[in-house]
Parts: sequence; structure tokens; C-alpha cells
Amino acid sequence: MSLANLRRLEAEAIHVLREVVATFSNPVVLYSIGKDSSVLLHLAMKAFFPAKPPFPFLHVDTRWKFREMIKFRDRMARELGFNLLVHTNQDGVDQGIGPFTHGSNLHTHVMKTIALRQALEKYGFDAALAGARRDEEKSRAKERMFSIRNAQHGWDPKRQRPEMWKTYNTRVGAGETMRVFPLSNWTEFDIWQYILQESIPIVQLYFAAPRPIVQRDGMLIMVDDERMPLDPGEEVADRMVRFRTLGCYPLTGAIDSEAATVPDILREMLTVRTSERLSRLIDTDEAGAMEKKKREGYF
Amino acid sequence: MSYLQSVPPHDLEAHLADHDSKSVLRFITCGSVDDGKSTLIGRLLVDAKLIFEDQLTNLGRVGSQAAANGEEIDLALLLDGLEAEREQGITIDVAYRYFATSKRKFIVADTPGHEEYTRNMVTGASTADLAVILIDSRQGILQQTRRHSYIASLLGIRHIILAVNKFDLVEFRQSVFDEIARDYRAFAKKLGFVSIQPIPISARFGDNVISASQNTPWYKGPSLLEYLETVQLDPPEAERSFRFPVQLVMRPNADFRGYAGQVASGRISVGEPVVVAKSGQRSTVKAIVSFDGNLATAAEGEAVTLVLADEVDASRGNMLVAPASRPFVADQFQAHVIWFDANPMLPGRSYILRTETDSVSATVTALKHQVNINSFTREAAKSLQMNEVGVCNISTQAPIAFDAYKDNRATGNFIFVDRVTNATVGAGMIDFPLRRADNVHWQATDVNKGARAAMKSQRPAVLWFTGLSGSGKSTIANALDRLLHARGKHTYMLDGDNVRHGLNRDLGFTEADRVENIRRIAEVAKLMADAGLIVLVSFISPFRGERRMARELMEEGEFIEIFVDTPLEECARRDPKGLYEKALAGKIANFTGVSSPYEVPENPELHLNTVEEDPIALALKIEAFLDRQMEDK
Repeated sequence: MSLANLRRLEAEAIHVLREVVATFSNPVVLYSIGKDSSVLLHLAMKAFFPAKPPFPFLHVDTRWKFREMIKFRDRMARELGFNLLVHTNQDGVDQGIGPFTHGSNLHTHVMKTIALRQALEKYGFDAALAGARRDEEKSRAKERMFSIRNAQHGWDPKRQRPEMWKTYNTRVGAGETMRVFPLSNWTEFDIWQYILQESIPIVQLYFAAPRPIVQRDGMLIMVDDERMPLDPGEEVADRMVRFRTLGCYPLTGAIDSEAATVPDILREMLTVRTSERLSRLIDTDEAGAMEKKKREGYF
Repeated sequence: MSYLQSVPPHDLEAHLADHDSKSVLRFITCGSVDDGKSTLIGRLLVDAKLIFEDQLTNLGRVGSQAAANGEEIDLALLLDGLEAEREQGITIDVAYRYFATSKRKFIVADTPGHEEYTRNMVTGASTADLAVILIDSRQGILQQTRRHSYIASLLGIRHIILAVNKFDLVEFRQSVFDEIARDYRAFAKKLGFVSIQPIPISARFGDNVISASQNTPWYKGPSLLEYLETVQLDPPEAERSFRFPVQLVMRPNADFRGYAGQVASGRISVGEPVVVAKSGQRSTVKAIVSFDGNLATAAEGEAVTLVLADEVDASRGNMLVAPASRPFVADQFQAHVIWFDANPMLPGRSYILRTETDSVSATVTALKHQVNINSFTREAAKSLQMNEVGVCNISTQAPIAFDAYKDNRATGNFIFVDRVTNATVGAGMIDFPLRRADNVHWQATDVNKGARAAMKSQRPAVLWFTGLSGSGKSTIANALDRLLHARGKHTYMLDGDNVRHGLNRDLGFTEADRVENIRRIAEVAKLMADAGLIVLVSFISPFRGERRMARELMEEGEFIEIFVDTPLEECARRDPKGLYEKALAGKIANFTGVSSPYEVPENPELHLNTVEEDPIALALKIEAFLDRQMEDK
């Protein structure tokens, strides 16, 4: 067994993607437009070649994503010809829920967690694939490849199934669903190296460029549209930045960087001293934040 | 974390290629609770500078209470990511961490020490090459040390690092170290490890974790990290036989038919012959299709799609293999089984057996013995409790293709899945096929079920009455039997008490015996239905799993579950056989409803209420149901 690292990770992910198609009747890929989603999409194209991936891609749109992300999403769907579904929690929109007015916690709960649950129920999906990685966060380090959710979409860490070898237990009971993470064993560095090796297209926001930035609570927030209110004394200034992860723009911090290409990013990562999720506000809004969100049905 | 370096490389491409081709060592840490497994990994990552600054800062925040008490930061918090783990200060589930040094890449599974979570230790061990077994130097070898060493060996781990931890607490005395190392080697002799490396360690202070400690000048061996970086894993094995479990048949259009899967062992090239394991059909590989262009060869570990030259019948669960060296194909075999579930493994109960791509019904026909993990001796057992290991004979409803686990980890493993809860309840490592199955073949008969039923002018059925003792099952079944008999129907009634006087007189009332009781009755009912009869089965049959097993034995629509729903109080009031009085006085063990559970049917075909209606009326209801069924047909 001496496949090179990326080849081994690729084969593992393809195996898992195919396993989902072989054993579930109505799977979906949760496509969040980020780098991990882009890798997952690429792997799905590979796994079923010469056929197209036999499942749709679902984007849960909170209406607060970077505009560039939405443009990129629509371009990819057009170019690769995959079946793109977009779902937004209309109740949340009607109530005017947003990160500035209601805070990151409520916004994420209503516009992401609840929205995701709505979409899964609306289409009756029994398995949802996603690009989560164990190296992102400590409670994710404890996720299985195949992670069972109860009929209320909740995650119970104590109910996790033992997962030996590559022999996965894919059976679900009535109303239960499975979350599946084919990239579980990838690190952030693997993702970038694979993007370089396979020339996978990604959103330009990952590359350094001058962008309109406000410094707030120690984070560099990009002013992506006119909905962002400025506090007294805050100033918008162009700053050379890029993003390590992408989410809702008001909740995602940029980093100062000159890295304008994938090799630049890889070089930068070899000296970086902070973790990728540091720039995600929702991970740090309380202790055990990610685990709590996952129990409620978030990823 | 794997990528921290102080200076960016001059030649990025060369660096990446080097990084990508580094060998990967998968290892687990195990041992008893509080031996310091999570602390050790935390220490290793911190001292080797493989932890991000914000994660350390965050650790400081979580651990600030400890700091306020004058203690140092608890490194275990780096890994124990669940709330319950932080609350209880223990590891519940496997945490995977990824890191790399200049010499090697590592995937470490930090697995729980608590006995209750043995299943999670097995999860980590199933894919590991090496185990770091921690020992508290004050305590020496404990039961969990033995258990984890045994499981590691069972799952095929061949290299052990014995981390003799908390060495600061025994004043770094060499005699303590020597004694523990000697004891461990003596005890592990039977486990067949290729290498055992003991290292004296203090995870708390970092002694011998990444570099040699001043406190143990007498210790001349490597530090933990040094050893992990350099340990020689098994030399590349002589080429193993080609094994390709078929995962998915891809038919995007009429012109393309490919078999998708991951090469479990060996390699295959275009033009080489293959055999379909279960049928013995032969073909050759016409193409190895991939998104990046067709390949000439596919090797172990690669996920590919094979196109064959001939139309052969191979679907998911089958295996494409080398003609000269085939796997076993059998429906009976012996295996080592580790049990995970709170409900014990019962011989005779039907489980779903899942291999990497196959899934069949299976029962344990004999639990030959269980293994005592302290002495490794064999002990007689009637069932396997949670965390126990046993050697079992297993019978599957259809043959499966497999190798012995010792020869091939990928094609020799399986899991048991509970039919009702869908939980993964056990894991198995196959030893060998049983030959006795070879000489018993199905006898084809000319007069078949349809012919026999037609002669009786009826449709066979199995009417399965379930309910508490005294609920009225036999009374209603008896009334129905008379009604049907009067109409010239050919029936037979199987009554729980009567069968226990003959066929099942060797069985008692333990859970295991009850399962076997129902299994035999279901088989008898199936034979009677095959003879064309309408069979009335009146059995308490308290477990859903067995009723489902009985249902699956019969043809579609043939099994009619009748729930005779009488409240316990009413049954106890009627008490036709005086059993409730005895049971409530504690004189009968395992009495359903009193000292043993009754699992209510979820979707019975008929649900009878005996409090509001009398037995004759209920029998008429069932007769009407049967008549409707006949019309539908």
C-alpha cells in the first residue's frame, strides 16, 4: 500500500461517494461554493465518469454570501452541467433575519440550520454529502465518514456507529438521514495541493487582492454590499487581503496576504501560525459552539 | 497542522512532491482511563510545534480555570472535543489528528480507554499499523492494557509502542520500567506482535516524547517521536492476489457497462483475465476507465472502473479476482466476533451481515467459545455480552466471497447490523470457511408449493399470533381454526406450550433460548406453508427481531402478524394458568411482561382488542381479513 498521499485520499473519497449512490435512494451534495465543496464537486465528476454525478447539488443560500460566490456558483453549474438546487428559508427572509440585526448565532440557526432542514425535508433526501474535514475543528475530528442524524436532524455523539475498515453501515430507519463526509481525512494543506494538482476552479476571493475592509472585533470584514452598517469611527479602507474560508460575508474574516496564486497560497501556508477557522466568527461565539450547532442539525 | 515550517521552501514543487510521497503511518493510542493518552498526543503536537497559535490560546481560555488553581494547561483539551468529554475529563470517541514531520506523515486516532467505549477503540484500530499502548507506571499492566493489546492483535496491528507514562511519579526509576517491560513482553508473547518498543515517558513534562530526557540517563532507546518516524513497518509484501469487490455497476447508457470499486489487493492490467468469484465466470479486462483518461494498470487502493470483454453477471457484493488464486465462496464460516451492543449477541438471532460491499442475512449457528481477555483462555458461553470477543460459526442466507482476515484485512472483515435499530452491533474477522456446508444441497422437488396449495383450493398463510401470556392468543386461534376447518380449509395450529413438550423441550426461557425457540417454529411454519397449509402460530414471541426474521422467511404477503393486545393487568387478572401469580411472587424468572420485556408490534396486519370483543367475534374478523386477501390474489 504505497499510493501517494493525494491519490490515496482521492480514492477514499471516490469510494465513499460511490457507496452513497449504491446504498441510498435519494442523496444530495451540499454545495457551499467554498474550496472543499469545489474539491468534492470535482471528485464527484471523477467518481461516476463517464456518467455525470447521479445526484443534485444543493446550495443553502442565506442571502448573505459574498456576491462573487453566487456568480461563481451559477457559472460552475452552467459549465459542468450539474443539477443545482438553491434553497433559502423564506420565513427567515420575511422576518428580516440577518447577522447585523440578530447576531451570528440566530442568523446561522435560522438561515443555515433551519434552512438546511427545510430543504432536506422538502426533497426527501436520505443522505447529504458534504465537504467537512476532521482537521477543521475538534468536534469535527470526532465525526464519522457516515454520520447518522435522527428524524429531527440532530447529531448525538454518543449514538455514533463504530466505523471499521471501509465497511460502512449505511442503513437508516424511517425519518433518519445520513450525513456523509468523503473528505474527512483531508487537511487544509491537502485541499490546496489537490486544487493545484487538478487545476480545480475556485472563487477568486481565496486569492489576495485589494478589497474594501473594515476592522471590527479584531477581524477584517469585507464590505460586500450596502447592507453593512458602519459603527461611529469605523472606516472602510482598501487592504490587500484574501480569505481562508468562505461563508456569510459579515461573519467571515479576511487575512492580510500577498498570495495571488495557488502556489503562493501553499507557500504562505507553510509559515502560517493560525488555524483556518479562526476567521469564522460562528465557531468562537461560545465554548463548544460547533458541537452545539451540529446537535441542532448544522454541519 | 501538518504543514508548519519555519522557512518556506525554495522549490515549492519539489517540496510538494516530497511531501506527497512521504510514507504515512496510521497509529492509535490506547490504554486505560487516565493513563494520559490525550495528554500524550497533545504534548507531542505542542512540543513538535504542530499546533496553531489560536488553538493554544483557545486552550488557555478553556483551561484558564485550571491555570487559576495553579495547575498547568490540560493538554488533553486539545483533543477531547466533545462537551461530555470536557465535563467528565475522559475521551468518549475517537479523535483523528493529522500531522507531518520532515520524515513521515501521521494519522493518529486517539481512542477511548473506558471499557464502555471499546467499540470506538476498535474503530481506530481497524485501519492502524501501530498501537501506542499507555501504561501508568504506578499501576503496571491493567485489564484494559490486556484488552486493548488483544484487540489490537486481533485486528491485525503488528507493532506496539509501550509508553510507560507518568514516569515522573515513580522518580524515573529504571527498575519500574524494566519490570513493566518484562511483564508486558511475557503477557504479549501469545499475541504475535512483530515489534514491541517500551519507552519511559512523562507526557505531562515531555520526557522522552520528542527528545531524550535528562531524567532517564539509563534509557538508551529512541524518544516517542523518533521511533514513530523511523519504525520499519512490514516490508512490502510479496505481490498479493488481485481482489476487486464490486461496489457499483455503472450503466450510463446501453453501450457502457463498467464495474466500479476499489482494488482491495494486488493489481490488474488491461488484457489480463479475471473471474467472477461467486459464479466462476471468466472474462478479461478490456479497459480501466478513469476521468483522466484510460489506465493501463490499477493497483491496490485505487478506486477505478473496470470494463470487461464479456457480458458476465457480476453485481454489487460480488468480487472480480485473479483466476489462479480465488477467494472462498461459502455460506458458512468461522469468525472472531467483537460484540459492541448492550443487547447481547444471541446464537440463532438473525442479523444483517455486511462486508465491504455485500449485505446478507446471517445467524450465529454456534458460539464455540468466548476469549477471556486476561488469560486468553477459551471459556464456554451461551451469548456474547458487550465488549466480549467470541469465536463463532456463522451461517449466511446466501454465499459470500471472502478471504481469511489474516491474509486480507479488506476482504476478510464484516460487521453485524441489528435488524430493528440498524445499529452496528458487532465486528467480525473471518478465520476460514466451514466445509460441512458443501455436502448439503437443496433437493429440487417436482411437486411444488403451488401444486400442493392448488389441490387444497387455498392459499397458504402463516397467521402469527403474538401477545402476552394469557392475552387470549390460543383461544382466538382455536376458534379461527374451527371456523376454517368447517369451511374445508386445511390448517394446522402450532401452540407454544405444545411445541415445548416435543420439538423444543431442550429449550428454557433465557433470551437466547427464546430466540432459538422462535427460529425453530418459524422454520416449521415455513415447511407447513410449503405443504400448502394455513398455519396458525400462537406464540408470545416477545422480540421484534425474531418476528421480523419469521416474516422474512415467508413469501411476500404470506406472513400475517396478529397482535393480540391485552393489557398486562387484564392478563394477570385472567391468569388462566396461574403463571402471573407465580411470576409476580418472583418464582418464575424471565416471565414476559413481568421480568422480561415484550416488544409491541409496530405494524401488525391485524390489531385485536380482547377487552372489548370476545374471541369468536375476533376470529370472524380474521376470517374476513383472510377472505379479502384471497380475493386480492
